Amino acid sequence: MSFINYAAREINCKIVYYGPGLCGKTTNLQYVYARTNPDLKGKMISLATETERTLFFDFLPLALGEIRGFKARFHLYTVPGQVFYDASRKLILKGVDGAVFVADSQEERMEANIESLENLQTNLIEHGLELGKIPWVMQYNKRDLPNITPIEEMRRQLNPTGVPEFEACATTGEGVFETLKATAKGVLSDLRKVGA
Amino acid sequence: MSESQFVMHEGDFLAIQKVIDPLLKNARARGVFVVDRVGQLIRQTGEMGNLDTTSLASLTAGCVAATGGLAQLLGEEEFPTHVHQGERDSLHMTLVGGRGILVVVFDQRSSLGLVRLRARKASTQLATIFEAIKKKCEAEGPGNGKTFADISDDEIDNLFSD
Repeated sequence: MSFINYAAREINCKIVYYGPGLCGKTTNLQYVYARTNPDLKGKMISLATETERTLFFDFLPLALGEIRGFKARFHLYTVPGQVFYDASRKLILKGVDGAVFVADSQEERMEANIESLENLQTNLIEHGLELGKIPWVMQYNKRDLPNITPIEEMRRQLNPTGVPEFEACATTGEGVFETLKATAKGVLSDLRKVGA
Repeated sequence: MSESQFVMHEGDFLAIQKVIDPLLKNARARGVFVVDRVGQLIRQTGEMGNLDTTSLASLTAGCVAATGGLAQLLGEEEFPTHVHQGERDSLHMTLVGGRGILVVVFDQRSSLGLVRLRARKASTQLATIFEAIKKKCEAEGPGNGKTFADISDDEIDNLFSD
């Protein structure tokens, strides 16, 4: 649910990166952080374990420019991917305006992708939302690795409704900004529906 | 959408300011912040130097969400007040209705008892303001203001022209 501040003339939106453990959600945010003009970004926060696994969330505030005289501000969050952190994932989805599902392209991770996508749907329902009713984007990450599932198969299993999708390699940045832009665009387009 | 859009105008912010400015003074606090539960900073007052308020808002919401999860595990609806005590500065957080969080930062010039007393009254006043904003948003329904109802694809694309 976006927050429109008429006094400061700002639109604030929340985008959540979801996906199985070690799929590259944090790497996506780190790449965006590294490649964004310092004037447009705030501090990136990572609440992680000593082994740098996400414990609660990563957070990156970004300003994208102005639309209709309003500053468009996006708050990017990741969830912890490990299965046992489900309670935390649920909390982070509160007030989500748009989502990125980061799928791990490695063959052995397909089951984890499916489980995580189902988990996203379940957790959205707990917030009174539905995956089909919020803007979201599918990212097929780790396309640089040798043992990957063909795109057609990933699409069949993970994106049967045909939401915008991108092949990516988050470590090199390929597809990272394309994914973010498509999601942000979806969120802003959604403002038309509700008018705001 | 599960919750209506949250739209705030100048008058709403002024109403909040009229609550938090006296709270800052009466609680002898260093800073007072009103944050929404999704992690957006709504209003602030006080002299906190170059504190990263965006991060403060996000972490406050995360902290309240996690503690709320703990409360539910214990069969409580929520823990309405949280206190974090440091060597120099301390944080007092109060939940404001279902929507906001009132954060008071204070040091040794004040005391937990005083902050608690003042924050309780302020949070009741803020809850009334938030309720009025919520009702206004619901009454106006989708499209209130209509500022973005007819934005074009080109306008959105222009945001991304680097």
